[in-house]
Amino acid sequence: MLEVRNLRKEFGDFVAVDEVTFSLPAQGSLAIVGESGSGKTTTARMIAGLETPSGGHIAVAGAEPAPGRPRSRARRARGRQIQMVFQDPYSSLDRHQRVGDAVAEAVALHQDLPAVRRRARVAELLDLVGLDDRQARSLPKALSGGQRQRVAIARALAAEPRVLILDEAIAALDVSIQAQILALLARLRTETGTALLFITHDLGAVRYVSEEVLVMQAGRVVEHGPVATVLDDPQAPYTRRLIDSIPKPGWKPRRRGDKGAD
Amino acid sequence: MSTPPLLRIDALGIDLPVDGEPRTVVHRVDLGIPEGAAVALVGESGSGKSLTARSVLGLLPRGAHVHGEVLFAGESVPRMRPERLRTFRASEVAMVFQDPRAHINPARGIGDFLIEGLTTARGVPAAEASRKVTAILREVGIPDADRRMRQRPHELSGGLLQRVMIAAALAAEPRLLLADEPTTALDVTTQEEVMAIIGEARRARGLAMLFITHDLELAAAVCDRVPVMYAGTTVEELPADRLRGRASHPYTRALLASRPSVSDAGAELRSIPGRPLSGFEVPDGCAFSDRCPHVRDLCRNERPEPGGFVEDGTAACHFPHPLTSEETGSHA
Repeated sequence: MLEVRNLRKEFGDFVAVDEVTFSLPAQGSLAIVGESGSGKTTTARMIAGLETPSGGHIAVAGAEPAPGRPRSRARRARGRQIQMVFQDPYSSLDRHQRVGDAVAEAVALHQDLPAVRRRARVAELLDLVGLDDRQARSLPKALSGGQRQRVAIARALAAEPRVLILDEAIAALDVSIQAQILALLARLRTETGTALLFITHDLGAVRYVSEEVLVMQAGRVVEHGPVATVLDDPQAPYTRRLIDSIPKPGWKPRRRGDKGAD
Repeated sequence: MSTPPLLRIDALGIDLPVDGEPRTVVHRVDLGIPEGAAVALVGESGSGKSLTARSVLGLLPRGAHVHGEVLFAGESVPRMRPERLRTFRASEVAMVFQDPRAHINPARGIGDFLIEGLTTARGVPAAEASRKVTAILREVGIPDADRRMRQRPHELSGGLLQRVMIAAALAAEPRLLLADEPTTALDVTTQEEVMAIIGEARRARGLAMLFITHDLELAAAVCDRVPVMYAGTTVEELPADRLRGRASHPYTRALLASRPSVSDAGAELRSIPGRPLSGFEVPDGCAFSDRCPHVRDLCRNERPEPGGFVEDGTAACHFPHPLTSEETGSHA
């Protein structure tokens, strides 16, 4: 469904993403894990068409997008294939627009439907992400962070994308809400068949959404494999370090060599 | 506890104006920190954990009304006069926040920031302050202190800047460190470094800590006791090593079960329905009743008081775990 080969991004002399290669099958779920500066978000933004790669190839459903800045028509076509959900849904929603209308607007943008069918589609999307009628009539500020993230996911799904990119989409949510969104994502895959590209700093969450994981450090892929293998038997020292720094029963924080030079 | 604790919070309640109306945002917080001990106040957004921390500093927003008591070494913080509050904040408690950039002047050098606290608030001569600050920077893992002190905040990474804030807190030689989500904005490997640095500095000084966090596992790993807050109330308070397996409040148990585990392949992720409430939104009965899997009529009508249900801990719950045999079947 999504093929990424030798993807590269340079900002001046700085190599942000260095030879990243992976493929995401239809209905698959791949996680890219890394800390700040790992290049995970830049990788996602290139795939979504928000950054122009310095090198490499991205193919969605076998077709490579034309090089250069896409025109709005091409952008919408790409939007139908790839949609992205960000960490902070509040900044991407219009604060004067009821969230149900925001979802309807996204449906209208991507599908030319008669009013009755459009309303039905909006209701279906809201139901899919677990928002009720009262919440649909609310303004974004009346909703919690988790509910706003559901709105953002519903809007993204309006395009019926083949690939949904979630860029730290649960990072700002309360722990009890994160679990709800993870459960929602698992359900979305079975119900819509959308493939997921899950960008996160949180290795713990990966087990619950993805089959495959790519660990990135300083622009490079340091480990790539099935989630269970990578988490239970990490090969790269950096993956081990990431796993070891997550608090768990019996864990005591240790200094592991200072990165004091940054 | 035979010796009186350094900090005692007794039935603390806080009313704040919400949309112009006074509303109760913190209903009841009880906790104690012995000299040199670490206590983690755990809660989600709206739980009132940061307001509780601010009440310890006497730093509540204008219009706040405090009930109950906050005692620091036996002295009431809410009753401190402005002048006493200033010396209290300058020399007895120090705070480290989630976002160091919001608490440091971006236009001034790191050195000025660090030294100023000592020279103005404590009257330490500049040369001595500079020596002292350099030593503390080394201690928190900033070896090239001279260069760092000449830099400005934007030249430092988040992890380094948080070390600077910890150094500033330590330089004041406080008896209590208040750390409000100090690692939430940091990478997980940096979080480990920063928590290790705080732990070492605390042990070297016998420094007590009130650690505010949303992360139960982190709380349990770095603190001695863990009070858990929900919607303005400490719903459970227990020793950190009993959190796993011995927690008896349904909220504490649900929070533990909803956290993705990196190590436990078989663990099922259980989400808590609904959303965390703020203190001013809670219904008449138990604050958690709307989301609790074990709710009964009594829970909706009567707010539970903290009680001694677990060994060496308390839970504010009418039906704490373990439940009767009939219900444990459905729970497990």
